[in-house]
Amino acid sequence: MLDVDITHGFGGFDLAVKHRFAAGGITAGFGRSGSGKSTLLRIIAGLEPGAKGHVALDGMLWQDAVSFVKPEARGVGMVFQDARLFGHLTVAGNLEYAAKRAAGLGGPQVVAIARDFDLLPLMDRRPQGLSGGERQRVALARALLSVPRVLLLDEPLAALDDTRKAEILPYLERLRDSKDMPILYVSHSMAEVARIATDIVVMQAGRVLRSGTVEDVLSDPAAVPDLGVRDAGAVLRARVVAHHADGLTELAVSQGVFLLPRFAAAIGAVVRVRIPAQDVILSLHRPVGISALNILPVVIASVFQGDGPGAAIGLVSGEDRLLARVTRRSADAMGLTEGLACYAVVKSVAVAQGDVGLAR
Amino acid sequence: MTLPDLSPLWLTLQLAAVTAVVLLILGTPLAWWLSQTRSRVKPVVEAITALPLVLPPTVLGFYLLIIMSPRSPIGAFWVDVTGNTLTFSFTGLVIASALYSLPFTVQPLQAAFEGLGRAPFELAATLRAGALDRFFSITVPMAGRGFLTAAVLTFAHTVGEFGVVLMVGGNIPGQTKVISIAIYEQVETINYADAHVLSAIMLGFAFVVLLFVYTLNRRYPIRVG
Repeated sequence: MLDVDITHGFGGFDLAVKHRFAAGGITAGFGRSGSGKSTLLRIIAGLEPGAKGHVALDGMLWQDAVSFVKPEARGVGMVFQDARLFGHLTVAGNLEYAAKRAAGLGGPQVVAIARDFDLLPLMDRRPQGLSGGERQRVALARALLSVPRVLLLDEPLAALDDTRKAEILPYLERLRDSKDMPILYVSHSMAEVARIATDIVVMQAGRVLRSGTVEDVLSDPAAVPDLGVRDAGAVLRARVVAHHADGLTELAVSQGVFLLPRFAAAIGAVVRVRIPAQDVILSLHRPVGISALNILPVVIASVFQGDGPGAAIGLVSGEDRLLARVTRRSADAMGLTEGLACYAVVKSVAVAQGDVGLAR
Repeated sequence: MTLPDLSPLWLTLQLAAVTAVVLLILGTPLAWWLSQTRSRVKPVVEAITALPLVLPPTVLGFYLLIIMSPRSPIGAFWVDVTGNTLTFSFTGLVIASALYSLPFTVQPLQAAFEGLGRAPFELAATLRAGALDRFFSITVPMAGRGFLTAAVLTFAHTVGEFGVVLMVGGNIPGQTKVISIAIYEQVETINYADAHVLSAIMLGFAFVVLLFVYTLNRRYPIRVG
């Protein structure tokens, strides 16, 4: 359990965060650049000695009004957007740098971690000769070799293109599911957050706007203005049933089936699928003669009308939750109110490959 | 043709080498502090460090002569402890050279340290490396070029020193008679033949040292980044 109650003022910006981070899983710090999420990570790492307040991990006090534990004594594994590998050392040298300083802490072997992150062929290379994705893998492996008590990831994928991102995400998913330590993952990409995070802290201008599990926050219509209308969309949990010859993968959800463009996953695997709210259409009757493949019976759980022309509609379909974004005009014309039963229509191709991830 | 007395040459090399070692040891912490501090006295310290660049060597030499003379507290203390005077001694020359060449050690090192930025140190700190550990495992190898530059410039600048030595060292063979003084003396006594030989040796030596360093630097570039 990572406990933070901190204020920090610098250069006209002030940050005030009070939050208790989950002991396991990945907590995403989501917000635009300048929202203070990276600074929050630096404060937790002990890299901002000017910050005031209280930081403690599992009852271990790291900082309060009278004490301050230096970063080297905290045991935080940190990965930055720009990897920050040591240029004067090889890949092996970078890994050993961490392992040597964590000797006696019962950490993993360099070779074992290098194998996990597929770094064995790269061991003698210099960081300058590595691709962005390879560098981030080295940075992650190095952070783990320091036997951290908490892992702080500051936009680790932001500098990578989609192919490289897809290369790293499985490592992060494995980390989330195998490690029993808080992992804080700062990002401005909702697709990444929805894919790997278990909890989310939404930040803006140095404040926490809302927090909770990814499923709760992303399916809450009232959260749409905080997340941004383009990024709004609930996360659906589904089980892979079959891969069809026509290029579609069939998923079972609690009240029906869902068809998506084919993606790689074992039959029976549980996946998380982000359904963008603006791609969900609502219909009062089960539509017929329509090209969209996915039609789920839903009940309206809540309606949130913002300032603009749109309204966010929270939907429940059995155990699943969805979020739809429609115009206020449609909402009024259709009489969309809490408790109304209707149908949610989602085009298969509206869901991008990057929106599907393995569930914890 | 007979070779002139070459002992001033050996003395010069000895002085330059000792000065470079002393300054690297003393100048590195100073340069590190200057590169990291946000203190308000930083410009003051920087200005003092750079003084030898601006001051005529005779001014520096004059003050050193006063401070190191047996009649000053420091000079008297030195005589009490060692039995010798600081002025007109090799030790005195090392002290004078160290002050004279201070900016040539501190400035390249400070620039090299500042060029590294904070990022590698912060990262090393999160990997459980303490401050001293970070200095030797990150700063020293990453600022290698800065150390090389500082060492070469300090050495070369000390070899070329004249005014300060003349003021505090005088012209004692084997003790304070460095090559620049010896050449000056030969010219004063119109012994141009020996002045030619010594000057040519210095010219060749200086060129060879610099050539060696720049070649080394080109063939084995220090990797940073």
